[in-house]
Amino acid sequence: MKAPLSWLGELVDLAGPPALDAETVAHRLNVTGTELDRLLHHGVRTPDTVVVGRVLAADQHPDADRLRVCRVDVGADEPSQIVCGAPNVAAGQVVAVATVGTVMPDGMKIKRAKLRGQASHGMICSARELGIGEQHEGILALDEHLPDAAAIAPGTRLSDVLPHADEVLELEVTPNRPDCLGLYGIAREVSAATGAALRPAPWEGETGPDPAGDAIDGFAVRVDTPRCRRFTARLFADVTVGPSPLWMQARLAAAGQRSINNVVDVTNYVMLVTGQPLHAFDADRIAGGALVVREARDGEALTTLDEEARTLRAGEVVIDDADGPTSLAGVMGGDRSEVHDGTVRVLLEVASWDGPTIHRTAQRLGLFSEAATRNAKGLAPEQTAWAQALATRLLVDLAGARRVGGTIDVGGDALAGDPDPIVVREARVARLLGAPVDRARQTELLRTLGFGVVDPDPTAAEGEGALHVLVPPERRVDVTREIDVVEELARLGVVADLTPTLPVRRRLTAATLSPVQRARRRVEDALVGRGLQEVVGWSFTDAGAAGRLGLADGDPRASAVRLEHPLSEDQAVLRPTILVSLLDVARHNRTRGADDVRIFETGTVFRDQPDPRRPDMPFEHAALGVLVQDDLFAVKGLLDAVLGALRIDGWELEPVDDVAFLHPGRGARIVLGDDVVGLLGEVHPTVADRWGLPRTAVCLLDLDQALPRAPERRPVRPVGQFPDARFDLAVVVADDVSARRTLEIARGAAGPLLEDVTVFDAYRGTGIADGHVSLALHVRLRAADRTLTDEEIGTVREAIVAALAADVGATLRG
Amino acid sequence: MLDQITELQEAGLRAVAAATTTDALEELRVGLLGRKAELPNLLRGVRDLPPDQRGPAGKAANEARQAIQSAIDERVATVAAAELDVRLRAERVDVTLPGRPEPVGGLHLLTRVRRQIEDVFLGLGFDVVEGPETETVHHNFDALNHAPNHPARDPGDTFYLAPSTVLPPLPAAAGAPTTADGGPLTRLLRTHTSPMQVRIMEREDPPVAVIVPGRVYRPDSDATHTPQFHQVEGLWIDVDITLADLKGVLLSFARAIFGEEREIRLRPHFFPFTEPSVEIDVSCHLCGGTGHRTDVAGHPRCGLCKGTGWIEILGSGMVDPNVLTAVGRPAYDPERVQGFAFGMGIERIAMLRYGLDDLRPLYENDLRLLGQLA
Ligand SMILES: [Zn+2]
Repeated sequence: MKAPLSWLGELVDLAGPPALDAETVAHRLNVTGTELDRLLHHGVRTPDTVVVGRVLAADQHPDADRLRVCRVDVGADEPSQIVCGAPNVAAGQVVAVATVGTVMPDGMKIKRAKLRGQASHGMICSARELGIGEQHEGILALDEHLPDAAAIAPGTRLSDVLPHADEVLELEVTPNRPDCLGLYGIAREVSAATGAALRPAPWEGETGPDPAGDAIDGFAVRVDTPRCRRFTARLFADVTVGPSPLWMQARLAAAGQRSINNVVDVTNYVMLVTGQPLHAFDADRIAGGALVVREARDGEALTTLDEEARTLRAGEVVIDDADGPTSLAGVMGGDRSEVHDGTVRVLLEVASWDGPTIHRTAQRLGLFSEAATRNAKGLAPEQTAWAQALATRLLVDLAGARRVGGTIDVGGDALAGDPDPIVVREARVARLLGAPVDRARQTELLRTLGFGVVDPDPTAAEGEGALHVLVPPERRVDVTREIDVVEELARLGVVADLTPTLPVRRRLTAATLSPVQRARRRVEDALVGRGLQEVVGWSFTDAGAAGRLGLADGDPRASAVRLEHPLSEDQAVLRPTILVSLLDVARHNRTRGADDVRIFETGTVFRDQPDPRRPDMPFEHAALGVLVQDDLFAVKGLLDAVLGALRIDGWELEPVDDVAFLHPGRGARIVLGDDVVGLLGEVHPTVADRWGLPRTAVCLLDLDQALPRAPERRPVRPVGQFPDARFDLAVVVADDVSARRTLEIARGAAGPLLEDVTVFDAYRGTGIADGHVSLALHVRLRAADRTLTDEEIGTVREAIVAALAADVGATLRG
Repeated sequence: MLDQITELQEAGLRAVAAATTTDALEELRVGLLGRKAELPNLLRGVRDLPPDQRGPAGKAANEARQAIQSAIDERVATVAAAELDVRLRAERVDVTLPGRPEPVGGLHLLTRVRRQIEDVFLGLGFDVVEGPETETVHHNFDALNHAPNHPARDPGDTFYLAPSTVLPPLPAAAGAPTTADGGPLTRLLRTHTSPMQVRIMEREDPPVAVIVPGRVYRPDSDATHTPQFHQVEGLWIDVDITLADLKGVLLSFARAIFGEEREIRLRPHFFPFTEPSVEIDVSCHLCGGTGHRTDVAGHPRCGLCKGTGWIEILGSGMVDPNVLTAVGRPAYDPERVQGFAFGMGIERIAMLRYGLDDLRPLYENDLRLLGQLA
């Protein structure tokens, strides 16, 4: 919302003392709840250097057909010579002269110049050059626009006779404050925030029942839907459509509105002051003279003012005349009944609509006009009368209009009248804000906002009383409860200097991370400690990602959750596996020269399946993804580190050959107890190739399953004071005997002294029979109470060798 | 014989003193004290002497032997240390060569900042909880007192999920956004972490003091907005939690993150789910809240706070009674309990704290940049 300061100054006394400049007003609004987007300067940047001039002579330029050499009286001792290119410049005109030194709206500075050899000291301005309007065909002849222009002394500052440049506050009006979509509402805020005196509303005293009654000969209005809460109409005859006066064009321009003609400009001007949209019909183009407000039928058509053909939906509201829909109610008028140059009778509609209905219509059609934006908030029905009053005065003054008949007012009778007052308890205010505000101060603050305040028991002790607060109509959408009044008190009287306090945690536990949250940090730290960089990828991906991973349509990992209105096709679905974003990040870095990508990510993945934990919603779970440019064993080592950090023992890898994105000979399921909690392996070379990656290994772990299984502690076994006994053993087994099986046998045979047995090498080749592998085992024995003897160690060794020989035909190597 | 012993001793000591290597000293040890050497021979000859000479001669020969022995030992120690020193000096390496590379890892900046924020609020007495990223319209908007025409519900401001064939239909409020053929859109990607306010109150009795970090989504894309970003929600409900408490908590937070000297300002605003609502501005840490860079020549206007001295960091307010009522539990009767809520953007805090002016690189994950921010 753009609020030109001079216009605001007509509604609230900014002259002081103390005088309030734009920055002060903006700051006070900013700290009381009306945020300033920016402070703009509209129009000529040095308004004082633009003066009224009189053209004494306008002679043909000797060397340029299109130019005139003018002598202009600008109030100086000597007339100024100014070269002018406008076709309409003529001796005798009263004009606006930008003297040398003027900085124009676009930043151009007027300098002494020579044009085709002729000196020029200044510029005779067009309306558009001054930022007043669109007109730029020629210079602005003030004598055609201002009464008594001839009497203005040359050299008078133009702003003294035609305010043209202004400071403009561009304000962000929050959705709860439709009253501030009108300048008078902003003026009231300025008054409350600064103490400046609010002037009477421009419609004050003119909003009562129309003495001329509620009928207009030849016109009738019927309202067939509760979505229209009030519909008022007045008829004006003898209208002369033409340009608006310059002052109005200048104000509309400063507020960001284009001037159309005097009738349309009046509706816009009144909307800007009151916040209430109006619509002017050409009364003679309302077929049958009857308007019916009703809900549209699905598929009905209407051409709006912007000449777009619109198809309507049920529940949207239209205004019919005898020929069918003529206006899209509250959003945009129709082109059939639009005011035009030849219009002589105007029917002025000012109506109040159901906000959500208008919002939905405007949103569906992408048609947030100034009117729709305001109507979508749900305006107070009382505002219609304000707008009719102010618009009537302006149409009579500016368009020569004459009121005919009374005021049609459907729904006006049903206005509820003043609602019950809101009871505001003094103690409640203090309890919520943590700072007392006594009733006298509350009364003072609320009255500056136009609230009525009654203290039913002035004798009540401080902190024990209550006020009865009456809310003015324009605030009734927002302020309906005690808490809403508390907010008004807070923003105007409390927040600026509230003493901070710290609350006490009454839960008798210390605040800590949960075990799962701590476990997740341990996982992250374990991987960082092994030299991996954490990345944060997109939750979005494209619908083809599952296909690029080689997943068949039926694969649960391919059932992605789709967005209804994605930003782009690349971000049309939610990632069904964290692998997608990891591969994307790896590719991004490969193409930028990274040699060795070692990354991990934790994040949410989504599938279009009911989530067992909340069956109404899509399945989502927290995943860990690890990616290294290395082989399976590298990533298995990292998984070992992760599960070690989680203190999770007893996990296994089971080979898989049917996961489409994994190498069929180098992939595995991660199994914990009876559950599969992830996948690990080298990325299928075909898939890696689609991302431009060399051999890449990944580990995908379901954190929602893994983290809760991380024990806070695990049992501690005493280690005693004696050294461990260690020995190595190389055994040759057939290739189809897994290392896991070999270790299981060794463990089973070793007896209670065994601390650990691990494989530290697997060798195939010279000296080993085809189809066999030599596994080097490292065995560690321990007794807490003694040093083991060679004999004890030898017994264990022999038991292991014998068991391996018996169970899998292993032979001792070497 | 005594003279002979003296002579041998002196000659031996001279030779030991002159030796410069451990090898030479070893030769001397053999030559002077070995089985075939003169001094032991003399010692063996002592028993052939007359009895009265045996004592003095034996003693002298023994003393000579011991003197030479200890001279050799001393000399060996000295020479060996010198030899070791020479050898070690020959092993000199170029210490400017690089160390053996260890892979270097790091947390993403967003995780670092998230942890910082979590730790500050843990210290202030908040528990940490997390919640789902797909949400119902009910939890994201309705239960948070958003009017049916609140603009945040527009499909231009919210990612709605396309209707699913495998999920049960959810009740749709009147006026909900629809698909092109009119079906209601009832599920969405949460636009803020605030739905967790409701979910927490649905499952726990007051008092509650929690923060909710997590990923949220809005269809925006420019230098300071990405369609996914991260927030931390805060909620504290008890019988007596006030707006002044909100100010105290957020002042403590601002000082922990941006420096001890920071002040905060409460600027009234509007959010549907808090009343009163305030935005929190923190005094600018770059210019000390003056609006001008006094540390830079010419004292130019501060670009971070645009000369205002204040930077907006988050939105907050007292939880609206309608939100408490919508929980539908007597424990949250708004006449009995009250409290505050706030929500901040982790990216915004990270940008301010680490001087970033573009968010997008955080999601590009260029390792050359992430490494510097880790
Ligand atoms: Zn600053």
